Amino acid sequence: MIPIAFDYEVAESVDHAIELLKENGDEAKLLAGGHSLLPIMKLRLATPTVLIDLGRIDDLNYVRDEGDHLAIGAMTRHCDMERDATLQEQCGLISYTASLVGDPQVRHRGTIGGSVSHGDAASDLPSALLALEANFVIKGSGGERTVAAGDFFEDYLQTTLAPDEVLTEIQVPKLNGAGWSYKKFNRRAQDWAVVGVAAVVERSNGSIGSARIGLTNMGSTPLRATAAESALSGADPSSVAEATSSADEGTSPSSDIAASSEYRRHLARVLSRRAVEEALSR
Amino acid sequence: MTQAPERYIGGGVPRKEDPALVTGRANWTDNIKLPGMLHVSLLRSPYAHAKITSIDVSAAREQPGVVAAFTGDDLAEDWDKNPQANPAAVTGYGMSLDQRVRQAQEGGESSVTDTPETTGEQPVDEKTRTFVSWIPTDDTKIPNHWPVARDEVNYAGDIVAVVVATDRYKAQDALEFIEVDYEPMEPVVDVEAAVADGAPLVHEDIGTNESFTWTLATGDIDDAFNRADVTIKERYLQQRLIPNAIETRGVVANPDAITGGYTVYSSTQIPHILKYVLAVYCDVPEQQLRVVAPDVGGGFGSKLNVYAEEVIALVLARKLGVPIKWIEDRSENYLATIHGRGQVQDIELAATSEGKILGMRVNLLADMGAYLMLDGPGIPILGAFVYPGVYTFDAYDFSVTGVFTNMTPTDAYRGAGRPEACFAIERIIEALAREVGLDPVEVRRRNFYEPFDEPTDTPAGIQYDSMNMPMVLDRVLELADYEGLLEEQRRRRESGDPVQLGIGFSTYTEICGLAPSQVLAGLRTGGSGWETAKVQMLASGKVEVITGTSPHGQGHVTSWSQIAADALGVDVNDVEILHGDTALSPYGRDTYGSRSLPVGGVSVHLAAQQVVDKARKISAHMLEAAEGDMEFEGGRFSVAGSPDQNVTIQDVAAAAYMNYDLPEGMEPVLSEEVFWDPPNFTFPFGAHICVTEVDTETGFVKIRDYFGVDDCGPVINPIIVDGQLHGGIAQGVAQALYEEAIYDEEGNLTTGSMVDYLIPGAPELPKYTLERTVTPSPTNVMGVKGVGEAGTIGAPPAVINSVVDALSPYGITHIDMPASPWKVWQAIQDAQGQEAGTRDADLSGRPSQAADSTDTEGGTDS
Repeated sequence: MIPIAFDYEVAESVDHAIELLKENGDEAKLLAGGHSLLPIMKLRLATPTVLIDLGRIDDLNYVRDEGDHLAIGAMTRHCDMERDATLQEQCGLISYTASLVGDPQVRHRGTIGGSVSHGDAASDLPSALLALEANFVIKGSGGERTVAAGDFFEDYLQTTLAPDEVLTEIQVPKLNGAGWSYKKFNRRAQDWAVVGVAAVVERSNGSIGSARIGLTNMGSTPLRATAAESALSGADPSSVAEATSSADEGTSPSSDIAASSEYRRHLARVLSRRAVEEALSR
Repeated sequence: MTQAPERYIGGGVPRKEDPALVTGRANWTDNIKLPGMLHVSLLRSPYAHAKITSIDVSAAREQPGVVAAFTGDDLAEDWDKNPQANPAAVTGYGMSLDQRVRQAQEGGESSVTDTPETTGEQPVDEKTRTFVSWIPTDDTKIPNHWPVARDEVNYAGDIVAVVVATDRYKAQDALEFIEVDYEPMEPVVDVEAAVADGAPLVHEDIGTNESFTWTLATGDIDDAFNRADVTIKERYLQQRLIPNAIETRGVVANPDAITGGYTVYSSTQIPHILKYVLAVYCDVPEQQLRVVAPDVGGGFGSKLNVYAEEVIALVLARKLGVPIKWIEDRSENYLATIHGRGQVQDIELAATSEGKILGMRVNLLADMGAYLMLDGPGIPILGAFVYPGVYTFDAYDFSVTGVFTNMTPTDAYRGAGRPEACFAIERIIEALAREVGLDPVEVRRRNFYEPFDEPTDTPAGIQYDSMNMPMVLDRVLELADYEGLLEEQRRRRESGDPVQLGIGFSTYTEICGLAPSQVLAGLRTGGSGWETAKVQMLASGKVEVITGTSPHGQGHVTSWSQIAADALGVDVNDVEILHGDTALSPYGRDTYGSRSLPVGGVSVHLAAQQVVDKARKISAHMLEAAEGDMEFEGGRFSVAGSPDQNVTIQDVAAAAYMNYDLPEGMEPVLSEEVFWDPPNFTFPFGAHICVTEVDTETGFVKIRDYFGVDDCGPVINPIIVDGQLHGGIAQGVAQALYEEAIYDEEGNLTTGSMVDYLIPGAPELPKYTLERTVTPSPTNVMGVKGVGEAGTIGAPPAVINSVVDALSPYGITHIDMPASPWKVWQAIQDAQGQEAGTRDADLSGRPSQAADSTDTEGGTDS
């Protein structure tokens, strides 16, 4: 529980952070909320020799109505998203999911940008962002680019972020009339999800118009339940159970001390059904 | 003579300790910083079982800030600095600890007294090094337990090298420069596998993995089973638990150049016992050793021990001549502090078709881990006396075999033996109810003792002090609205609700207030059970109480103040409680086993009464009245019939201090010391109902309500007792549903952090509905029992009975602890004949899943 020695740098701006990343190469790590990074440093599983603290960059902490979508600054903390009136009204899935992350201490330090950049398939927000088809704004020495959530997560703890890039903003749609739900299954409130399911469902003339389902902890990255989504498209609400019985198709969940892969698959089906049903009732 | 009315006892006096504790101003061991102090980091074995073929610390010695680095061989002679010294203190039955160990190793008689032939003559290498005190049998096998391993490591976490540096960070960094070559050996990570033929041996020199077998038998057990209409055989598993005190362990050893002795500060429950054992183990003359337990942040039994790190700190302080500090980090705490539980329980019950129990057989395999710790072998033995629980019958047969494995050593963890016992009887009585077709409430009633308030014989050959089970059961049934719950359960079952309701009972007692020294000696605990208190009134009329108990969260400062303030008739804030320092109280038997109040608190009461007795004599002298005419109320002595003639106890204290006009021959000052050894243990009891909602689609268990009626005799401070019950039940729920130390096949602890070892928090726990009844104990004049472990003992079977009750429509009759959602889901899948998938991903090393076997044919492994 004692990390190796490291240097600490304060980034005064995003550009400064990029500059520091370039200077220090692979040895550097960005510090956002620190609630994923610092524990693994204490266990010496991560041994960066430089930490670049983004915590002083005030203009990365916001939720803005941008007309056709909402923009969330990467350093916005979970507790702020949980309480943000704009998010609650226009994209309740994010404020609600943020309220389920970790415990109060984690939510008061942890940030959406840190959670997304860490790329942990067991984190709650990434699968919710997948279901929302969010976009991520990334800045690096080569300029700015926007990446769809579906293209961002590449493998276990690996994302499309280059070593000198910083995630600056998360863009989510306004849900308008669409129903949403996040079902987190865990043994303790503070834990990572054993399995989590995010659902965004649009209704159309009494049927399901379209459904997007994001799966937490069902593989090495957050995933979409594409087979269930297809089955739900245009389906009658009475057929949700049948349609979501394919929610685990194409997933490769791990077996560990919390669950076998079979049990995770079972949970993904049950929780998908419950999530879609709840979304339809909202 | 009148007695002052109780002003504080029974009242919710806010805990005096809390302002400092909750604002972070307590004096934890890690806050102790001494001039010139050096810091220790320890290299621990990554292997559960291996030979150390070579070890080289020379590169570590070259690292920045490093002062010294040692292997086990480097320190081999340091444990025995003064091999001729014989700290003459003796344990329960006339031998020094060292002698007893040697004796046990040789299988000899236990009555030998100190002779030159048996003390200090052995070469260092041949001497058995151990921390064990409770040696249950003459032929107990005791492995060598070096503070720093020498040739072989026996669990992942065994210490292999020591680095001393100017700060902890530098010490930690230098560990990476120690080169060790291990030759891995086959580990033993399962108690049943450990006793199977051809099992690899944890300690090859001992030749067996069985450390001891201890038995207890009363009545004619064969006759009971022959007469029985119904016999039931069950197997239960007690998973390993990790105690997780919020403050990890830590020790600072400070050499004293003037005396040549040492002060050892340690985050311990047992400063007095630690002092004695350290003196013996390290050959430091006991009078030159002072042990201080500063503010201690919890223990749950895990700090009721003497650890290698305490020895290492003391020996390094002696070797290097400077203060030495070691503070355990949380990862080390998981590996290197004792674990609790770890038993395979085979239970058989003989009963009539009316549900009356005739006899009980108990066979245990108890996982000792790699070495024997202070009381490790005694934990299942403590439980042996309460397997019969709150039921009376004629024949009882108990046997436990202590088994070595290549895992962290086990010892006392909150409840220590009794939760295991309570679980077994409270689970198997449910099987009996099922077998004879009775409601679980009714079958319990048919076996209860008639209420009693004088010592009463039990099937385990001891005497319970007082008990009234029908009273607590009746009340908890009312509290919970049992009929209403049954109705709701019926509704949910009939409608096929995916969420089913479970109603689980536990009617418990436990043995606490450790206590009668003769009994403890008979059990070969190596300890004694008295306690001491000194109550002294100072010149200013204020009060100091010195106690031999050693609080680490229990609130003794508040409760003892209440007891002394009521006895002396003074303000509760005029009393200070001093504890945890062997220089202050050379004697004391410390805090564990729910003993502090019924032994230590009662000692405070007795000493305060002696102060009042002496003050009464002086007050009569001051008022020129007869002693027999003095009345004492509200801290004031007055002459009967002449209330204007009076003096306060503070006036008397001042007169006693000044010593110019006392009754002839009376010694000055009001200061009385009591040593008290109770005639019996105490036995709190209660009835709990746990109401669960079980999601049959996911297996998730939610505790909706928890009702309890507990009886621990008169309550000193209801806030503290509520806290003990809340925390105790929480830890019981934790064992039932959440916590489990899991090892893989190689003997790695896979639940090595709070991420994987699931300690429930407030969101997981219900709002408790608790009431109390008061049945005084005849064991002591205050009538008090203990309450520190009651909740942890009563709760696990209530929870599991509830989960099983919810699932009974599926034909499910047992689920092992912890009843995780995954395990509950598997049980439902099995019951429905459906595929349950992998059961044991990363779970190898656990005892095999307990088979349900509510018949006479015995269990099968599944």
